[in-house]
Amino acid sequence: MNHKKWKFMKNNYQLYLMLLPGLLLLLVFKYVPMYGIIIAFKDYSPIRGIMGSDWVGLEYFRRFLTLPTFNQLFGNTVLLSFYGMVFGFIAPIVLALILNQIRHVGLKKNIQLIVYAPNFISTVIVVGMLFLLLSPVGPVNNLMEAMGMERAMFMTDAAYFRTVYVVSGIWQTAGWSSIIYLATLSGIGPELIEAAKVDGANVMQRIFHIDLPTLRPVSAIIFILSVGGIMSIGFEKAYLMQTSLNLPRSEILATYLYKVGLQMGDYSYSTAVGLFNAVINVILLLSVNFVVKRLNEGEGI
Amino acid sequence: MLRRFIRLSLADKLTYVIFALLLGMFLVFILFPVAYVFIGSFMDPNQLNSKGISLNWADYRLDGYVRILSNSSIIRGFGMSLFYSVAFAIVTVVISMTMAYPLSRMDFVGRKQVSTLLLITMFFGGGLIPTFLLVKNLGMYNTVWALILPNAVSAWNIILARTFLRNLPVELRESAELDGASNWMYFMKIALPLSKPIMAVLALYAFVGQWNSYFDAMIYLESRALYPLQLVLRAILIQNEVPPGMISAQQAMAELKKVAEMIKYSSIVISSVPLILLYPFFQKYFEKGVMIGSVKG
Repeated sequence: MNHKKWKFMKNNYQLYLMLLPGLLLLLVFKYVPMYGIIIAFKDYSPIRGIMGSDWVGLEYFRRFLTLPTFNQLFGNTVLLSFYGMVFGFIAPIVLALILNQIRHVGLKKNIQLIVYAPNFISTVIVVGMLFLLLSPVGPVNNLMEAMGMERAMFMTDAAYFRTVYVVSGIWQTAGWSSIIYLATLSGIGPELIEAAKVDGANVMQRIFHIDLPTLRPVSAIIFILSVGGIMSIGFEKAYLMQTSLNLPRSEILATYLYKVGLQMGDYSYSTAVGLFNAVINVILLLSVNFVVKRLNEGEGI
Repeated sequence: MLRRFIRLSLADKLTYVIFALLLGMFLVFILFPVAYVFIGSFMDPNQLNSKGISLNWADYRLDGYVRILSNSSIIRGFGMSLFYSVAFAIVTVVISMTMAYPLSRMDFVGRKQVSTLLLITMFFGGGLIPTFLLVKNLGMYNTVWALILPNAVSAWNIILARTFLRNLPVELRESAELDGASNWMYFMKIALPLSKPIMAVLALYAFVGQWNSYFDAMIYLESRALYPLQLVLRAILIQNEVPPGMISAQQAMAELKKVAEMIKYSSIVISSVPLILLYPFFQKYFEKGVMIGSVKG
Protein backbone atom coordinates (compact mmCIF):
# COMPACT_ATOMS: atom_id res chain seq x y z
CA MET A 1 0.00 0.00 0.00
CA ASN A 2 2.69 2.43 1.04
CA HIS A 3 4.74 1.39 -1.94
CA LYS A 4 1.80 2.15 -4.19
CA LYS A 5 1.45 5.64 -2.73
CA TRP A 6 5.14 6.37 -3.29
CA LYS A 7 4.86 5.18 -6.83
CA PHE A 8 1.90 7.51 -7.44
CA MET A 9 3.77 10.45 -5.98
CA LYS A 10 6.86 9.71 -8.06
CA ASN A 11 4.93 9.28 -11.29
CA ASN A 12 2.78 12.33 -10.67
CA TYR A 13 5.28 14.72 -9.12
CA GLN A 14 3.92 17.44 -11.39
CA LEU A 15 0.64 17.40 -9.49
CA TYR A 16 2.53 18.25 -6.30
CA LEU A 17 4.42 21.04 -8.01
CA MET A 18 1.09 22.47 -9.18
CA LEU A 19 -0.29 22.35 -5.68
CA LEU A 20 2.76 23.98 -4.14
CA PRO A 21 2.19 27.74 -4.74
CA GLY A 22 -1.40 27.62 -3.51
CA LEU A 23 -0.49 25.46 -0.55
CA LEU A 24 2.28 27.87 0.44
CA LEU A 25 -0.09 30.85 0.27
CA LEU A 26 -2.64 28.88 2.25
CA LEU A 27 -0.19 28.00 5.02
CA VAL A 28 1.35 31.47 5.17
CA PHE A 29 -1.75 33.63 4.97
CA LYS A 30 -4.35 31.41 6.65
CA TYR A 31 -2.46 29.22 9.10
CA VAL A 32 0.32 31.51 10.34
CA PRO A 33 -2.31 34.04 11.52
CA MET A 34 -4.05 31.21 13.38
CA TYR A 35 -0.79 30.66 15.23
CA GLY A 36 -0.69 34.42 15.84
CA ILE A 37 -3.88 34.12 17.88
CA ILE A 38 -1.61 33.14 20.79
CA ILE A 39 -1.08 36.84 21.42
CA ALA A 40 -4.65 36.98 22.72
CA PHE A 41 -3.26 35.19 25.79
CA LYS A 42 -0.03 37.19 25.99
CA ASP A 43 1.00 40.76 26.64
CA TYR A 44 2.28 41.14 23.09
CA SER A 45 5.11 43.52 22.44
CA PRO A 46 6.28 43.83 18.84
CA ILE A 47 9.90 44.06 19.97
CA ARG A 48 9.88 40.85 22.01
CA GLY A 49 7.88 38.92 19.41
CA ILE A 50 5.10 36.38 19.91
CA MET A 51 7.25 33.84 21.78
CA GLY A 52 9.10 36.36 23.94
CA SER A 53 6.02 38.14 25.27
CA ASP A 54 4.66 37.29 28.72
CA TRP A 55 1.63 35.09 29.24
CA VAL A 56 -1.38 36.79 30.78
CA GLY A 57 -3.91 33.98 30.47
CA LEU A 58 -7.50 35.05 30.04
CA GLU A 59 -6.89 38.64 31.21
CA TYR A 60 -8.02 40.23 27.93
CA PHE A 61 -11.15 38.12 27.72
CA ARG A 62 -12.04 39.17 31.26
CA ARG A 63 -11.45 42.79 30.31
CA PHE A 64 -13.67 42.47 27.26
CA LEU A 65 -16.51 40.63 28.99
CA THR A 66 -16.57 43.14 31.85
CA LEU A 67 -16.46 46.13 29.49
CA PRO A 68 -19.28 48.56 30.41
CA THR A 69 -20.30 48.73 26.76
CA PHE A 70 -20.06 44.97 26.16
CA ASN A 71 -23.82 44.39 26.17
CA GLN A 72 -24.35 47.29 23.81
CA LEU A 73 -21.67 46.10 21.39
CA PHE A 74 -22.94 42.56 21.39
CA GLY A 75 -26.57 43.64 21.07
CA ASN A 76 -25.79 46.06 18.24
CA THR A 77 -24.00 43.33 16.31
CA VAL A 78 -26.70 40.70 16.72
CA LEU A 79 -29.65 43.04 16.16
CA LEU A 80 -28.18 44.68 13.06
CA SER A 81 -27.50 41.24 11.60
CA PHE A 82 -30.86 39.94 12.63
CA TYR A 83 -32.90 42.75 11.05
CA GLY A 84 -30.79 42.62 7.91
CA MET A 85 -31.29 38.87 7.77
CA VAL A 86 -35.07 38.86 8.19
CA PHE A 87 -35.89 41.69 5.78
CA GLY A 88 -33.09 40.77 3.41
CA PHE A 89 -34.60 37.30 3.29
CA ILE A 90 -38.20 38.24 2.52
CA ALA A 91 -37.64 40.94 -0.13
CA PRO A 92 -35.92 38.78 -2.79
CA ILE A 93 -38.54 36.03 -2.46
CA VAL A 94 -41.42 38.45 -3.01
CA LEU A 95 -39.53 40.03 -5.90
CA ALA A 96 -38.91 36.64 -7.52
CA LEU A 97 -42.56 35.61 -7.15
CA ILE A 98 -43.69 38.80 -8.89
CA LEU A 99 -41.04 38.70 -11.63
CA ASN A 100 -41.96 35.09 -12.29
CA GLN A 101 -45.46 36.21 -13.30
CA ILE A 102 -44.15 38.38 -16.12
CA ARG A 103 -44.68 36.56 -19.42
CA HIS A 104 -43.13 39.17 -21.69
CA VAL A 105 -39.51 38.01 -21.98
CA GLY A 106 -38.02 41.35 -23.04
CA LEU A 107 -39.73 43.29 -20.27
CA LYS A 108 -38.63 40.75 -17.69
CA LYS A 109 -35.01 40.89 -18.90
CA ASN A 110 -34.94 44.69 -18.67
CA ILE A 111 -36.38 44.72 -15.18
CA GLN A 112 -33.84 42.12 -14.10
CA LEU A 113 -31.04 44.22 -15.53
CA ILE A 114 -32.20 47.20 -13.44
CA VAL A 115 -32.76 45.40 -10.14
CA TYR A 116 -29.45 43.52 -10.31
CA ALA A 117 -27.38 46.64 -11.00
CA PRO A 118 -27.05 47.97 -7.40
CA ASN A 119 -25.10 44.81 -6.55
CA PHE A 120 -22.26 46.25 -8.63
CA ILE A 121 -22.13 49.61 -6.90
CA SER A 122 -19.44 49.73 -4.23
CA THR A 123 -20.20 50.15 -0.54
CA VAL A 124 -18.32 53.46 -0.49
CA ILE A 125 -20.53 54.85 -3.23
CA VAL A 126 -23.72 53.51 -1.66
CA VAL A 127 -22.91 55.13 1.68
CA GLY A 128 -21.81 58.31 -0.09
CA MET A 129 -25.22 58.41 -1.77
CA LEU A 130 -26.92 57.81 1.57
CA PHE A 131 -25.22 60.87 3.04
CA LEU A 132 -26.33 62.99 0.08
CA LEU A 133 -29.90 61.71 -0.23
CA LEU A 134 -30.63 61.52 3.49
CA SER A 135 -28.95 64.75 4.53
CA PRO A 136 -31.14 67.15 6.53
CA VAL A 137 -31.55 69.26 3.38
CA GLY A 138 -31.57 66.32 0.96
CA PRO A 139 -34.37 65.13 -1.32
CA VAL A 140 -35.82 62.52 1.04
CA ASN A 141 -36.27 65.09 3.77
CA ASN A 142 -37.63 67.62 1.29
CA LEU A 143 -40.17 65.04 0.20
CA MET A 144 -41.11 64.20 3.78
CA GLU A 145 -41.63 67.85 4.58
CA ALA A 146 -43.76 68.31 1.50
CA MET A 147 -45.93 65.44 2.73
CA GLY A 148 -46.31 67.13 6.10
CA MET A 149 -43.82 65.08 8.07
CA GLU A 150 -40.96 66.32 10.23
CA ARG A 151 -37.41 66.39 8.87
CA ALA A 152 -35.34 63.50 10.23
CA MET A 153 -31.63 63.39 11.01
CA PHE A 154 -31.17 60.02 9.33
CA MET A 155 -27.40 59.80 9.48
CA THR A 156 -26.76 61.41 12.84
CA ASP A 157 -29.67 60.17 14.94
CA ALA A 158 -28.83 56.73 16.32
CA ALA A 159 -32.50 55.74 16.23
CA TYR A 160 -32.45 55.64 12.42
CA PHE A 161 -29.21 53.75 11.99
CA ARG A 162 -30.62 50.23 11.73
CA THR A 163 -33.48 51.26 9.46
CA VAL A 164 -31.14 53.05 7.07
CA TYR A 165 -28.71 50.13 7.16
CA VAL A 166 -31.39 47.53 6.43
CA VAL A 167 -33.34 49.49 3.80
CA SER A 168 -30.19 50.40 1.90
CA GLY A 169 -29.15 46.75 2.21
CA ILE A 170 -32.37 45.76 0.45
CA TRP A 171 -31.61 48.35 -2.23
CA GLN A 172 -28.19 46.77 -2.75
CA THR A 173 -28.97 43.07 -2.71
CA ALA A 174 -32.68 42.25 -3.06
CA GLY A 175 -32.49 42.04 -6.85
CA TRP A 176 -29.32 40.02 -6.92
CA SER A 177 -30.51 37.58 -4.25
CA SER A 178 -33.67 36.90 -6.22
CA ILE A 179 -31.67 35.18 -9.00
CA ILE A 180 -31.55 31.88 -7.19
CA TYR A 181 -35.30 31.92 -6.47
CA LEU A 182 -36.17 32.90 -10.04
CA ALA A 183 -34.06 30.04 -11.36
CA THR A 184 -35.81 27.62 -9.02
CA LEU A 185 -39.22 28.91 -10.11
CA SER A 186 -38.33 28.53 -13.77
CA GLY A 187 -37.88 24.82 -13.10
CA ILE A 188 -41.60 24.37 -12.48
CA GLY A 189 -43.10 22.39 -15.34
CA PRO A 190 -45.69 24.33 -17.41
CA GLU A 191 -48.02 21.32 -17.29
CA LEU A 192 -48.32 21.76 -13.52
CA ILE A 193 -49.39 25.38 -13.93
CA GLU A 194 -51.79 24.52 -16.76
CA ALA A 195 -53.34 21.75 -14.69
CA ALA A 196 -53.84 24.18 -11.81
CA LYS A 197 -55.48 26.67 -14.18
CA VAL A 198 -57.82 24.01 -15.53
CA ASP A 199 -58.77 23.21 -11.95
CA GLY A 200 -59.68 26.87 -11.55
CA ALA A 201 -56.82 28.01 -9.33
CA ASN A 202 -56.24 31.76 -9.44
CA VAL A 203 -52.82 33.45 -9.38
CA MET A 204 -52.60 33.73 -5.61
CA GLN A 205 -53.62 30.10 -5.16
CA ARG A 206 -51.00 29.02 -7.67
CA ILE A 207 -48.37 31.04 -5.80
CA PHE A 208 -49.31 29.55 -2.46
CA HIS A 209 -49.73 25.96 -3.64
CA ILE A 210 -47.09 25.67 -6.36
CA ASP A 211 -44.49 28.47 -6.19
CA LEU A 212 -43.95 28.73 -2.45
CA PRO A 213 -43.64 24.97 -1.86
CA THR A 214 -41.12 24.87 -4.74
CA LEU A 215 -39.05 27.58 -3.08
CA ARG A 216 -39.18 26.07 0.39
CA PRO A 217 -36.04 23.87 0.31
CA VAL A 218 -33.82 26.55 -1.26
CA SER A 219 -35.08 29.30 0.98
CA ALA A 220 -34.69 27.15 4.10
CA ILE A 221 -31.04 26.55 3.30
CA ILE A 222 -30.37 30.19 2.46
CA PHE A 223 -32.03 31.31 5.68
CA ILE A 224 -30.12 28.85 7.82
CA LEU A 225 -26.84 29.82 6.18
CA SER A 226 -27.50 33.45 6.96
CA VAL A 227 -28.11 32.51 10.60
CA GLY A 228 -24.63 30.98 10.54
CA GLY A 229 -23.19 34.27 9.35
CA ILE A 230 -24.90 36.42 11.95
CA MET A 231 -21.71 37.25 13.88
CA SER A 232 -19.67 37.86 10.76
CA ILE A 233 -21.69 40.91 9.70
CA GLY A 234 -19.59 43.06 7.44
CA PHE A 235 -17.36 45.80 8.73
CA GLU A 236 -17.32 47.85 5.56
CA LYS A 237 -20.77 49.40 5.46
CA ALA A 238 -21.30 49.90 9.18
CA TYR A 239 -17.95 51.63 9.53
CA LEU A 240 -18.64 54.03 6.68
CA MET A 241 -22.08 54.85 8.04
CA GLN A 242 -20.73 55.72 11.47
CA THR A 243 -20.97 59.30 12.63
CA SER A 244 -20.00 60.37 16.14
CA LEU A 245 -23.69 60.72 17.02
CA ASN A 246 -24.99 57.35 15.85
CA LEU A 247 -22.28 55.33 17.61
CA PRO A 248 -24.65 54.04 20.34
CA ARG A 249 -26.26 51.91 17.62
CA SER A 250 -23.60 51.70 14.94
CA GLU A 251 -20.66 50.46 16.98
CA ILE A 252 -20.53 46.74 16.31
CA LEU A 253 -17.88 44.17 17.25
CA ALA A 254 -16.09 44.46 13.90
CA THR A 255 -15.73 48.24 14.07
CA TYR A 256 -14.76 48.16 17.76
CA LEU A 257 -12.11 45.56 17.00
CA TYR A 258 -10.67 47.70 14.22
CA LYS A 259 -10.55 50.78 16.43
CA VAL A 260 -8.89 49.24 19.47
CA GLY A 261 -6.61 47.08 17.35
CA LEU A 262 -5.36 49.16 14.49
CA GLN A 263 -6.15 52.71 15.51
CA MET A 264 -5.06 52.39 19.14
CA GLY A 265 -2.57 49.57 18.62
CA ASP A 266 -3.89 47.37 21.43
CA TYR A 267 -2.94 44.20 19.52
CA SER A 268 -3.39 41.55 22.21
CA TYR A 269 -6.71 42.81 23.48
CA SER A 270 -8.25 43.16 20.04
CA THR A 271 -7.00 39.71 19.04
CA ALA A 272 -8.87 38.40 22.08
CA VAL A 273 -12.01 40.23 20.96
CA GLY A 274 -11.60 38.76 17.48
CA LEU A 275 -11.12 35.26 18.87
CA PHE A 276 -14.23 35.61 20.99
CA ASN A 277 -16.18 36.59 17.87
CA ALA A 278 -14.64 33.79 15.79
CA VAL A 279 -15.47 31.12 18.37
CA ILE A 280 -19.13 32.14 18.50
CA ASN A 281 -19.06 32.11 14.72
CA VAL A 282 -17.71 28.56 14.54
CA ILE A 283 -20.29 27.33 17.05
CA LEU A 284 -23.06 28.98 15.00
CA LEU A 285 -21.75 27.57 11.73
CA LEU A 286 -21.37 24.05 13.08
CA SER A 287 -24.84 24.01 14.58
CA VAL A 288 -26.22 25.43 11.35
CA ASN A 289 -24.40 22.78 9.36
CA PHE A 290 -25.95 20.18 11.64
CA VAL A 291 -29.44 21.54 10.96
CA VAL A 292 -28.83 21.69 7.20
CA LYS A 293 -27.67 18.08 7.27
CA ARG A 294 -30.89 17.08 8.97
CA LEU A 295 -33.04 18.92 6.42
CA ASN A 296 -30.95 18.00 3.44
CA GLU A 297 -30.78 14.22 3.92
CA GLY A 298 -27.26 13.97 5.22
CA GLU A 299 -25.64 16.54 2.97
CA GLY A 300 -23.93 19.38 4.86
CA ILE A 301 -22.75 22.74 3.58
CA MET B 1 -51.10 41.43 -23.57
CA LEU B 2 -54.18 43.54 -22.99
CA ARG B 3 -56.47 40.96 -24.55
CA ARG B 4 -55.08 38.28 -22.25
CA PHE B 5 -55.58 40.57 -19.27
CA ILE B 6 -59.26 41.17 -20.08
CA ARG B 7 -59.97 37.46 -20.14
CA LEU B 8 -58.65 36.99 -16.59
CA SER B 9 -60.94 36.53 -13.61
CA LEU B 10 -61.59 39.49 -11.33
CA ALA B 11 -59.39 38.06 -8.57
CA ASP B 12 -56.49 37.59 -10.96
CA LYS B 13 -56.93 41.08 -12.39
CA LEU B 14 -56.74 42.49 -8.90
CA THR B 15 -53.67 40.40 -8.07
CA TYR B 16 -51.85 41.53 -11.18
CA VAL B 17 -52.68 45.18 -10.55
CA ILE B 18 -51.26 44.90 -7.04
CA PHE B 19 -48.16 43.10 -8.34
CA ALA B 20 -47.62 45.78 -10.97
CA LEU B 21 -47.93 48.49 -8.33
CA LEU B 22 -45.49 46.73 -5.99
CA LEU B 23 -43.00 46.16 -8.77
CA GLY B 24 -43.36 49.74 -9.95
CA MET B 25 -42.67 51.00 -6.43
CA PHE B 26 -39.64 48.78 -6.16
CA LEU B 27 -38.29 50.03 -9.48
CA VAL B 28 -38.75 53.65 -8.35
CA PHE B 29 -36.96 52.76 -5.09
CA ILE B 30 -34.04 51.30 -7.07
CA LEU B 31 -33.87 53.99 -9.76
CA PHE B 32 -34.65 57.18 -7.84
CA PRO B 33 -31.29 57.46 -5.99
CA VAL B 34 -29.34 56.75 -9.16
CA ALA B 35 -31.34 59.19 -11.28
CA TYR B 36 -31.24 61.89 -8.61
CA VAL B 37 -27.49 61.71 -8.15
CA PHE B 38 -26.94 61.58 -11.90
CA ILE B 39 -29.06 64.65 -12.65
CA GLY B 40 -27.85 66.37 -9.48
CA SER B 41 -24.24 66.02 -10.59
CA PHE B 42 -24.94 68.60 -13.30
CA MET B 43 -26.55 71.12 -10.96
CA ASP B 44 -25.63 73.72 -8.39
CA PRO B 45 -25.98 71.80 -5.06
CA ASN B 46 -27.54 74.73 -3.17
CA GLN B 47 -30.20 75.04 -5.81
CA LEU B 48 -30.64 71.27 -5.96
CA ASN B 49 -31.30 71.12 -2.24
CA SER B 50 -33.62 74.11 -2.06
CA LYS B 51 -35.61 73.79 -5.30
CA GLY B 52 -35.00 70.19 -6.30
CA ILE B 53 -34.30 69.00 -9.80
CA SER B 54 -34.60 71.88 -12.22
CA LEU B 55 -36.35 71.77 -15.56
CA ASN B 56 -34.52 74.82 -16.83
CA TRP B 57 -31.50 74.18 -19.05
CA ALA B 58 -29.78 77.28 -17.71
CA ASP B 59 -29.40 75.66 -14.27
CA TYR B 60 -27.17 72.90 -15.58
CA ARG B 61 -23.39 73.05 -15.48
CA LEU B 62 -20.35 70.76 -15.66
CA ASP B 63 -18.25 72.33 -12.89
CA GLY B 64 -17.98 69.16 -10.81
CA TYR B 65 -16.75 67.10 -13.73
CA VAL B 66 -14.28 69.72 -14.85
CA ARG B 67 -12.73 69.81 -11.38
CA ILE B 68 -12.51 66.05 -11.13
CA LEU B 69 -10.99 65.55 -14.52
CA SER B 70 -8.47 68.32 -13.95
CA ASN B 71 -7.35 66.67 -10.73
CA SER B 72 -5.18 63.60 -10.70
CA SER B 73 -6.35 61.76 -7.56
CA ILE B 74 -9.50 60.13 -8.96
CA ILE B 75 -7.84 59.27 -12.24
CA ARG B 76 -4.85 57.80 -10.45
CA GLY B 77 -7.27 55.87 -8.22
CA PHE B 78 -8.89 54.42 -11.33
CA GLY B 79 -5.53 53.28 -12.61
CA MET B 80 -4.50 51.71 -9.30
CA SER B 81 -7.86 49.96 -8.92
CA LEU B 82 -7.58 48.58 -12.42
CA PHE B 83 -4.13 47.25 -11.62
CA TYR B 84 -5.15 45.68 -8.28
CA SER B 85 -8.30 44.14 -9.74
CA VAL B 86 -6.64 42.66 -12.83
CA ALA B 87 -3.66 41.35 -10.85
CA PHE B 88 -5.89 39.91 -8.15
CA ALA B 89 -8.14 38.24 -10.73
CA ILE B 90 -5.16 36.66 -12.49
CA VAL B 91 -3.55 35.40 -9.28
CA THR B 92 -6.88 34.08 -8.00
CA VAL B 93 -7.61 32.15 -11.19
CA VAL B 94 -4.08 30.70 -11.46
CA ILE B 95 -3.98 29.62 -7.82
CA SER B 96 -7.53 28.24 -7.85
CA MET B 97 -7.04 26.18 -11.00
CA THR B 98 -3.62 24.79 -10.11
CA MET B 99 -4.81 23.80 -6.65
CA ALA B 100 -8.12 22.46 -7.90
CA TYR B 101 -6.72 20.12 -10.52
CA PRO B 102 -4.76 17.79 -8.20
CA LEU B 103 -7.63 17.90 -5.72
CA SER B 104 -10.09 16.95 -8.46
CA ARG B 105 -8.24 13.66 -9.01
CA MET B 106 -9.74 10.97 -6.83
CA ASP B 107 -6.48 8.99 -6.98
CA PHE B 108 -4.36 11.92 -5.75
CA VAL B 109 -2.39 10.91 -2.66
CA GLY B 110 -2.83 13.65 -0.05
CA ARG B 111 -6.19 14.80 -1.40
CA LYS B 112 -7.99 14.36 1.94
CA GLN B 113 -5.33 16.17 3.95
CA VAL B 114 -5.15 19.22 1.67
CA SER B 115 -8.94 19.37 1.36
CA THR B 116 -9.24 19.39 5.14
CA LEU B 117 -6.69 22.21 5.41
CA LEU B 118 -8.79 24.20 2.94
CA LEU B 119 -12.12 23.40 4.55
CA ILE B 120 -10.98 24.55 8.00
CA THR B 121 -10.34 28.04 6.63
CA MET B 122 -14.01 28.29 5.66
CA PHE B 123 -14.97 28.10 9.32
CA PHE B 124 -12.12 29.66 11.19
CA GLY B 125 -9.36 32.16 10.58
CA GLY B 126 -6.66 34.06 12.41
CA GLY B 127 -8.62 37.28 12.33
CA LEU B 128 -7.74 40.88 11.65
CA ILE B 129 -4.81 41.60 13.97
CA PRO B 130 -2.73 38.43 13.49
CA THR B 131 -3.13 38.75 9.72
CA PHE B 132 -2.19 42.42 9.86
CA LEU B 133 0.91 41.68 11.94
CA LEU B 134 1.92 38.92 9.53
CA VAL B 135 1.61 41.16 6.49
CA LYS B 136 3.66 43.79 8.31
CA ASN B 137 6.35 41.31 9.35
CA LEU B 138 6.61 40.02 5.79
CA GLY B 139 7.48 43.56 4.69
CA MET B 140 4.34 43.82 2.59
CA TYR B 141 2.88 46.79 4.48
CA ASN B 142 2.33 49.72 2.11
CA THR B 143 3.07 47.61 -0.96
CA VAL B 144 0.72 46.38 -3.69
CA TRP B 145 1.31 42.78 -2.56
CA ALA B 146 -0.76 43.33 0.56
CA LEU B 147 -3.89 43.63 -1.56
CA ILE B 148 -3.13 40.72 -3.86
CA LEU B 149 -1.55 37.80 -2.02
CA PRO B 150 -3.33 37.37 1.37
CA ASN B 151 -6.74 36.69 -0.16
CA ALA B 152 -5.61 34.84 -3.28
CA VAL B 153 -6.38 31.41 -1.81
CA SER B 154 -10.08 31.02 -1.23
CA ALA B 155 -11.46 27.63 -0.25
CA TRP B 156 -14.75 28.52 -1.89
CA ASN B 157 -13.17 29.26 -5.29
CA ILE B 158 -11.08 26.12 -5.19
CA ILE B 159 -14.11 23.98 -4.41
CA LEU B 160 -16.00 25.53 -7.36
CA ALA B 161 -13.08 24.90 -9.71
CA ARG B 162 -12.54 21.38 -8.37
CA THR B 163 -16.19 20.48 -8.92
CA PHE B 164 -16.00 21.78 -12.46
CA LEU B 165 -12.80 19.85 -13.26
CA ARG B 166 -14.24 16.70 -11.74
CA ASN B 167 -17.16 16.87 -14.17
CA LEU B 168 -14.89 16.73 -17.22
CA PRO B 169 -15.14 13.28 -18.82
CA VAL B 170 -12.55 10.84 -17.42
CA GLU B 171 -11.99 9.45 -20.94
CA LEU B 172 -10.29 12.70 -21.93
CA ARG B 173 -7.53 12.21 -19.39
CA GLU B 174 -7.22 8.50 -20.05
CA SER B 175 -6.73 8.98 -23.76
CA ALA B 176 -4.30 11.85 -23.14
CA GLU B 177 -2.32 9.55 -20.86
CA LEU B 178 -2.32 6.83 -23.50
CA ASP B 179 -0.90 9.34 -25.94
CA GLY B 180 1.89 10.00 -23.49
CA ALA B 181 0.77 13.41 -22.21
CA SER B 182 2.10 14.35 -18.76
CA ASN B 183 -0.20 15.72 -16.07
CA TRP B 184 0.99 19.23 -16.82
CA MET B 185 0.36 18.83 -20.55
CA TYR B 186 -3.13 17.48 -19.96
CA PHE B 187 -3.85 20.36 -17.59
CA MET B 188 -2.56 23.08 -19.93
CA LYS B 189 -3.74 21.68 -23.28
CA ILE B 190 -7.03 20.02 -22.39
CA ALA B 191 -8.38 20.82 -18.93
CA LEU B 192 -7.79 24.60 -18.94
CA PRO B 193 -9.26 25.29 -22.40
CA LEU B 194 -12.36 23.36 -21.35
CA SER B 195 -12.54 25.31 -18.09
CA LYS B 196 -12.99 28.75 -19.63
CA PRO B 197 -16.51 29.20 -18.21
CA ILE B 198 -15.49 28.57 -14.62
CA MET B 199 -12.34 30.67 -15.06
CA ALA B 200 -14.46 33.55 -16.37
CA VAL B 201 -16.74 33.31 -13.35
CA LEU B 202 -13.82 33.22 -10.89
CA ALA B 203 -12.02 36.09 -12.60
CA LEU B 204 -15.08 38.33 -12.78
CA TYR B 205 -15.99 37.83 -9.14
CA ALA B 206 -12.40 38.43 -8.07
CA PHE B 207 -12.21 41.56 -10.22
CA VAL B 208 -15.43 43.11 -8.98
CA GLY B 209 -14.74 42.12 -5.37
CA GLN B 210 -11.34 43.81 -5.44
CA TRP B 211 -12.64 46.84 -7.36
CA ASN B 212 -15.38 47.54 -4.85
CA SER B 213 -13.59 46.87 -1.56
CA TYR B 214 -11.69 49.38 0.51
CA PHE B 215 -10.91 47.68 3.81
CA ASP B 216 -7.59 45.98 2.98
CA ALA B 217 -6.38 49.10 1.20
CA MET B 218 -7.35 51.20 4.22
CA ILE B 219 -5.39 49.09 6.69
CA TYR B 220 -2.39 48.16 4.53
CA LEU B 221 -1.68 51.23 2.40
CA GLU B 222 -0.17 54.44 3.68
CA SER B 223 1.01 56.35 0.61
CA ARG B 224 -1.70 58.12 -1.30
CA ALA B 225 -0.01 57.23 -4.56
CA LEU B 226 -1.04 53.60 -3.97
CA TYR B 227 -4.66 54.35 -3.05
CA PRO B 228 -7.30 52.51 -5.07
CA LEU B 229 -10.35 54.38 -6.29
CA GLN B 230 -12.53 53.36 -3.33
CA LEU B 231 -10.17 54.99 -0.81
CA VAL B 232 -10.03 58.20 -2.84
CA LEU B 233 -13.83 58.17 -2.96
CA ARG B 234 -14.06 57.50 0.76
CA ALA B 235 -12.00 60.60 1.45
CA ILE B 236 -14.25 62.71 -0.77
CA LEU B 237 -17.65 61.24 0.06
CA ILE B 238 -17.42 60.15 3.69
CA GLN B 239 -14.57 62.11 5.21
CA ASN B 240 -15.54 65.30 3.37
CA GLU B 241 -12.03 65.93 2.19
CA VAL B 242 -11.48 68.01 -0.88
CA PRO B 243 -8.62 66.70 -3.00
CA PRO B 244 -5.77 69.22 -3.04
CA GLY B 245 -5.80 71.50 -6.03
CA MET B 246 -9.51 71.27 -6.68
CA ILE B 247 -10.27 74.43 -4.76
CA SER B 248 -8.12 77.50 -4.58
CA ALA B 249 -7.18 78.84 -1.16
CA GLN B 250 -8.93 82.18 -1.66
CA GLN B 251 -12.39 80.75 -2.12
CA ALA B 252 -14.85 81.56 0.63
CA MET B 253 -16.18 78.97 3.05
CA ALA B 254 -19.64 78.85 1.50
CA GLU B 255 -18.19 78.43 -1.95
CA LEU B 256 -15.88 75.73 -0.62
CA LYS B 257 -18.78 73.76 0.78
CA LYS B 258 -20.67 74.10 -2.46
CA VAL B 259 -17.81 72.85 -4.56
CA ALA B 260 -17.14 69.97 -2.19
CA GLU B 261 -20.78 68.95 -2.57
CA MET B 262 -20.61 69.14 -6.35
CA ILE B 263 -17.49 67.03 -6.43
CA LYS B 264 -19.31 64.39 -4.41
CA TYR B 265 -22.10 64.05 -6.95
CA SER B 266 -19.87 63.95 -9.97
CA SER B 267 -17.33 61.57 -8.44
CA ILE B 268 -20.12 59.11 -7.64
CA VAL B 269 -21.28 59.22 -11.26
CA ILE B 270 -17.81 59.01 -12.80
CA SER B 271 -16.71 56.10 -10.66
CA SER B 272 -19.82 53.94 -10.91
CA VAL B 273 -20.40 54.39 -14.64
CA PRO B 274 -17.77 51.89 -15.92
CA LEU B 275 -19.03 48.90 -13.93
CA ILE B 276 -22.71 49.70 -14.51
CA LEU B 277 -22.09 49.98 -18.26
CA LEU B 278 -19.99 46.84 -18.45
CA TYR B 279 -22.01 44.56 -16.22
CA PRO B 280 -24.84 43.78 -18.67
CA PHE B 281 -22.29 42.23 -21.04
CA PHE B 282 -21.03 39.91 -18.32
CA GLN B 283 -24.37 39.36 -16.65
CA LYS B 284 -24.65 35.73 -17.74
CA TYR B 285 -21.31 34.87 -16.12
CA PHE B 286 -22.28 36.59 -12.89
CA GLU B 287 -25.59 34.74 -12.85
CA LYS B 288 -23.76 31.50 -13.54
CA GLY B 289 -21.59 32.26 -10.53
CA VAL B 290 -24.67 32.51 -8.33
CA MET B 291 -26.02 29.24 -9.68
CA ILE B 292 -22.90 27.12 -9.31
CA GLY B 293 -22.21 28.74 -5.96
CA SER B 294 -25.51 27.45 -4.70
CA VAL B 295 -24.92 23.86 -5.76
CA LYS B 296 -22.96 21.97 -3.19
CA GLY B 297 -19.31 21.59 -4.15
